[in-house]
Amino acid sequence: MIITVASGKGGTGKTTVAVNLALSLGSTNLLDCDVEEPNAHTLLHPTKLKTTTVTVLTPSVSQDKCTLCGKCAEFCQFNAIFVGKTKTMIYEEMCHSCGGCKLVCPDDAITEVERPIGKIHQSNIEHTQLVYGELSIGEPIATTLIHAVKEHVQLEEINILDAPPGTACPVIETMKESDFLILVTEPTPFGLHDLSMAVDVVRELQIPFGVIINRAGIGDMQVDEFCKRSNIPILLEIPFDRQIAELYSRGIPFVQEMSEWRQKFKELYSHIMELIESGE
Amino acid sequence: MVSEIAVISGKGGTGKTTICAALGVIADETVMADCDVDAPDLHILLSPSIREETEFVASKVALVDENICTDCGLCEESCRFGAITDSKVDPISCEGCGVCEYVCPEKAIQMVDRKSGYLYDSDTRIGRMAHAKLLPGEGNSGRLVTEVRKLGSKIAEDSGISTVLIDGSPGIGCPVIATVTGIQMGIIVTEPTMSGIHDMQRVLELLKRFRVKATVIVNKFDLNLDNTEAIERYCAENDAIVLGRIKFDPVMTKSMVAAQTLPEFAPDHEISQLLREIWKHVNEILSM
Repeated sequence: MIITVASGKGGTGKTTVAVNLALSLGSTNLLDCDVEEPNAHTLLHPTKLKTTTVTVLTPSVSQDKCTLCGKCAEFCQFNAIFVGKTKTMIYEEMCHSCGGCKLVCPDDAITEVERPIGKIHQSNIEHTQLVYGELSIGEPIATTLIHAVKEHVQLEEINILDAPPGTACPVIETMKESDFLILVTEPTPFGLHDLSMAVDVVRELQIPFGVIINRAGIGDMQVDEFCKRSNIPILLEIPFDRQIAELYSRGIPFVQEMSEWRQKFKELYSHIMELIESGE
Repeated sequence: MVSEIAVISGKGGTGKTTICAALGVIADETVMADCDVDAPDLHILLSPSIREETEFVASKVALVDENICTDCGLCEESCRFGAITDSKVDPISCEGCGVCEYVCPEKAIQMVDRKSGYLYDSDTRIGRMAHAKLLPGEGNSGRLVTEVRKLGSKIAEDSGISTVLIDGSPGIGCPVIATVTGIQMGIIVTEPTMSGIHDMQRVLELLKRFRVKATVIVNKFDLNLDNTEAIERYCAENDAIVLGRIKFDPVMTKSMVAAQTLPEFAPDHEISQLLREIWKHVNEILSM
């Protein structure tokens, strides 16, 4: 079972929902796929981390064999290779690791070497197995690391994935293979606009989904109306509550202090299971 | 020379767009550029009318001719992105690298142009604006950001305006790197939460890496005073100038619901006053 918590707009409460849901359900795998800015650990405070390095394949040019023919640079769609008058240069961060340059090199001058782009940390916090990726600063391409985080999915268990914001490739990489998507939004014009963009993406991926309205009460009713009009189930509303916001600021998941919410998150999970089973 | 100033945050939802639009209204003359092409929101506050729309084509996608394809499977084997299954291309996974086209012995695969979004040159009540829309699920957000910045700078140069104010995206990856490369100043909007601090530290490090002058605004500072002080200490130790603290106030959301910027919605509000001070400070730092 893979449930992914996403949103178009950032800062709507994805991590809050993912962490509180995980804690309420007991034994779960929580995978933080927002590898650019992972935050689940700022609520769970893991102490013992098992850390592994994630690498990508990047070309390395043997300048002795290279005849500066330029075929690699011509092939590369990502502007990652520059062939100068005396040397072929690789811009490693631009490389998408497609392997094309090595294929087209007529002089066998290119080999692929592993280059670290980030880390994956694992830790058990009570019944929650937390896995989170951390992209190295200055690295632009998050998708490979997200893919590596998702290798820790254990299909026979409940996996909750915390997605990055937006609607671009890192989000798609996280959403793919999910059984259900929770889109977290806030009842404001920004929340509505970005929710509708996220809905477009999810419809393209054909994954069942529902909406959680966080900070309910701060704005207007347009998100509710949009969901009704578009037949999107509103799974839960979390009211704007200064206590929830203050607990979050201190790094405390609110179900730990407001235990009545554990039941609401359990019901949320049952509701999601019903929606998946009914094929809606 | 045109100065580019980008409002970024690391963490999403800290108030980038609200603050960026407010500064845009306060500034006498500026070109606005929405570089959050993934989830652009600035247009909601500035209601641009589009002068010119350009299709954004930056990459290609593989197209298999079923009449020629012999299902040999070489393309599937060679694709590093898992984008080909049973000789069918999944356009969402395809990165447009062209390896499948190269390895196909039957020449059954062609790389064709892929439309990833739109670039807009618009007018707003506070001046010109460059913005864009990435199509759902598209990659290439970094390249589209670069196009928005180019357009913003060109408009500024052509009309003799000295500042481009950029609304950035959350994160520290490809679109943010494309946003901050070569700009004159980054304004990081953060909030006094554990995650806000964590994400600010990473984006500050990114600005340092790209040698961009870093400034910080602490939004909703009264949510947690200890954390606000921790942020200010961290900034002092890391050459980041704190431009100001903004308290939590529902007026921010109210102005957004009214589709207005704060200085228009509540010109005399203390936060509007504070933002005027902040903009003055930004210009002093730029002229140093």
